[in-house]
Amino acid sequence: MKAIVNVYLKEGVLDPQGKAVHHALGSLGFDNVTDVRIGKQIVLQLDESDREKARKEVEEMAETLLANTVIEEYTVEIVE
Amino acid sequence: MKTLNITILQFPGTNCEYDTVWAFRRLGHETTVVWHKEEALPEGSDLVVVPGGFSYGDYLRSGSIARFSPIMKAVQAYAGEGGRVLGICNGFQILTEAHLLPGALKRNQNLHFISRIQHLRVVETDNAFLNLFEKGEVLKIPIAHADGNYFVDDETLDDMERNGQILLRYCDEKGEPMVVNGSVRQIAGICNKEKNVYGLMPHPERAMESILGSEDGVRMLEGFANA
Repeated sequence: MKAIVNVYLKEGVLDPQGKAVHHALGSLGFDNVTDVRIGKQIVLQLDESDREKARKEVEEMAETLLANTVIEEYTVEIVE
Repeated sequence: MKTLNITILQFPGTNCEYDTVWAFRRLGHETTVVWHKEEALPEGSDLVVVPGGFSYGDYLRSGSIARFSPIMKAVQAYAGEGGRVLGICNGFQILTEAHLLPGALKRNQNLHFISRIQHLRVVETDNAFLNLFEKGEVLKIPIAHADGNYFVDDETLDDMERNGQILLRYCDEKGEPMVVNGSVRQIAGICNKEKNVYGLMPHPERAMESILGSEDGVRMLEGFANA
């Protein structure tokens, strides 16, 4: 089973990289971009066949290590 | 001043441990460098220092992997019993990741690695770290970091201000607030509520001799023997 974890800075926490990219897009003429947030994607291969169990475990991984919930939020997607 | 037993941690990628050894020995203290795989701190440690560097290559987030090293369990227990812990730069990042200090350190606002001698204003002196300073004193201490942009939510921040947990702020040579890396309220150093765990981005161990630009680090590190 494969799990995809996306980690982003929380809403309200300034994302300096997103800001820089937003600015760069603007100077390239893409002036309809209203916001850019940059995150990271962590792809996990799991030796687990129970979807729910896998999700629970990956959420625990995200809470303890993959994301710092003081500044970040995350989403977990279980992919077959 | 009394002689202290200083324990200095070493993770893969730590690179300031021997500067820290040198700085504390210069003040007449005993030092022991402890590898992160150890599970116990040396008997009779008076201060545990988590030094600067790039533990685990700053992978994932600065300090996020080192925080789970075996020695950190011992540090958690030591701090929980009131033992003094000082985190410098990457050490500060490790201590926030370990939840021994509130908040988190994000990428610098301008995305640059900032390396220079920086002015700092002393905010609180009623603690074991900065007790040799006067409030409002302006110091010069080197900084060298990419992830020093301190963030904590407003409510916690207000609590920290009330509890005297803000130790240092970035400023200009006159002591006026200065935006350096985007830290909330220009914070450069903090402590926990119990005031036994300290973290700062600047490097006092690199400010021990005037020929190297500043000796303001001496009084910082001397504070521990005075408290």
